[in-house]
Amino acid sequence: MPDALPPRAPAPRALSDRAPSAPTGTRPALRLAIVWSLALAALVAVLLVDVRGPLELAMPRRATLVGGILVASFAHAVATVIFHTVTSNRILTPSIIGFDSMYTLMQTLTVFVFGGSAIAATDGLPKLLAQTALMVIAATALYTWLLDRSGGGVLTLLLVGVVIGLAFDSVSSFVQRILSPTDYDLLSLELFGRLSSVQPDHLPLALAVCGAVGAVVWMRRRRLDVVLLGRDGATALGVDHRRELIVALICVSVLVAFATALAGPMTFFGFLVATLAYRLAGSHKHAHVLPMAVGLGVLALAGAQLVMRHVFDAAGLVTVIIEVVGGIAFLALLLGRRRPK
Amino acid sequence: MIAIEQVSKRYAEHVVLGPVSSEVPAGGITALVGPNGAGKSTLLSVIGRLLDPSAGSVRVMGHDVQATKSADLARIVSILRQENRLEARLTVRELVAFGRFPWSGGRLTFGDQQHIDRAIRFLHLEDLADRQLDALSGGQRQRAFVAMVLAQDTEVVLLDEPLASLDPKHAVAMMRELRAAADDLGRTIVIVLHDLNMAAAFADRILALKDGQICVEGTVDEVMQDAVLERVFDTPVRVHRIDDRPFAVFTP
Repeated sequence: MPDALPPRAPAPRALSDRAPSAPTGTRPALRLAIVWSLALAALVAVLLVDVRGPLELAMPRRATLVGGILVASFAHAVATVIFHTVTSNRILTPSIIGFDSMYTLMQTLTVFVFGGSAIAATDGLPKLLAQTALMVIAATALYTWLLDRSGGGVLTLLLVGVVIGLAFDSVSSFVQRILSPTDYDLLSLELFGRLSSVQPDHLPLALAVCGAVGAVVWMRRRRLDVVLLGRDGATALGVDHRRELIVALICVSVLVAFATALAGPMTFFGFLVATLAYRLAGSHKHAHVLPMAVGLGVLALAGAQLVMRHVFDAAGLVTVIIEVVGGIAFLALLLGRRRPK
Repeated sequence: MIAIEQVSKRYAEHVVLGPVSSEVPAGGITALVGPNGAGKSTLLSVIGRLLDPSAGSVRVMGHDVQATKSADLARIVSILRQENRLEARLTVRELVAFGRFPWSGGRLTFGDQQHIDRAIRFLHLEDLADRQLDALSGGQRQRAFVAMVLAQDTEVVLLDEPLASLDPKHAVAMMRELRAAADDLGRTIVIVLHDLNMAAAFADRILALKDGQICVEGTVDEVMQDAVLERVFDTPVRVHRIDDRPFAVFTP
């Protein structure tokens, strides 16, 4: 006869979040407030600085840009942080293990099969939805299959992910070589980060999807904290690690698919903001790290946009700059880790 | 308390454990000893449902560990593996607080705080409580992880080589603390130990594994015999009594 299980403590509201988890001096809430004020200021600046001609003309275009910045920041930041958490690594990102490559391959194959003009003609909501659905199905199938094959080993999953990403890239570049120049032109329009030319009619859906995924992640934030302890540590505390991993990978694929479809691929952006967020959040809790990463992402994209547009007059280069800075930070972290303490 | 029934674990065709059956009584410390690759960690992981057995079942306080919800089980069994790598930067107190997750789902109550404080005091970590884990020595880190397991406040505590990387002073201190957890807090502790004499000094019972099978189990005095230990380790052993306690010496 099994003994009765001890009951869970009822969760009282008081005392809940002001745990002594933050040692004196880190103050995660204050840090968040500072970063988000800066980020909001940058967003307002993107909206209002240097408007020439009537405001009604400039506003819709700029509002779309702000929307694009929000979606890209949210998607890349959240995707990267939860990916890092469930895979117990802070180097590899969803982009590095091939979520991006999958998108590139799908675009390339679509152009190859249906022709560039067909793609240009169906540039609308159905296409975005179809693309995203395909990405999610493909990613879920691939990664659950990989997880089962590798006996739950995250390391194997990551390694195979890197190899598959490379394979996708090779197939894409092979197919791109045999495309007609016109098709290739149309394709490269689809593939490169175009934060400045986000489709306004896709934005509401993208924001809604970000909100939905954000709600799912937010509800699991405390479980994600436990997942930081790794598979065994989380299991010992009663968290189903495999389920958290699969839920997180599905969320990641949705976010990456939407961000990529809307603003083009960005390999190192997520890595950059996540790494900075770990340093600046002043807490390990996802309740602090996630908003910090999103805020830093907004600040980075909006700041870069302001500088590039109004100082250098080269708005199209924003993502390139972010990628260069992110790439350098990535190298610095990789090489820095090798040095003995 | 812990009923192990015909448990075996194999990878492909290679059997690493079992089938083994045994019963661990409530209270006290049971040490799992044996040569390398005997299946000690595997058995401990199966009891703590970190590994699914290929066959057989384990019941802890009457609950089948495979069938019971993991979140419920986390309130009666805690387990600490040997390797505990962390990417996140945590303070000792933050780590110990994780032990309360099965009870409060991550929203710490006043009662949780008391459990955390008690576990920190129990392992003499008060001065280190706000230090980052990566700024600690191996032994201090190890104690922090054990404090987390004690804060989980479970009847059954499973530990895989908690003495690895500890010097004699800290190893003895750790074993004294575990002894106190068993005696004063009434925990049932199952611990994988490499050091036979440490097991003899601090455990109540010894369970010796060899080639995936239970070679011998019993009280310390029953197991600490020349012939028995030679059978377990395939090496000449002499057991001496010093201060009325058995010591195993491996003869060169």
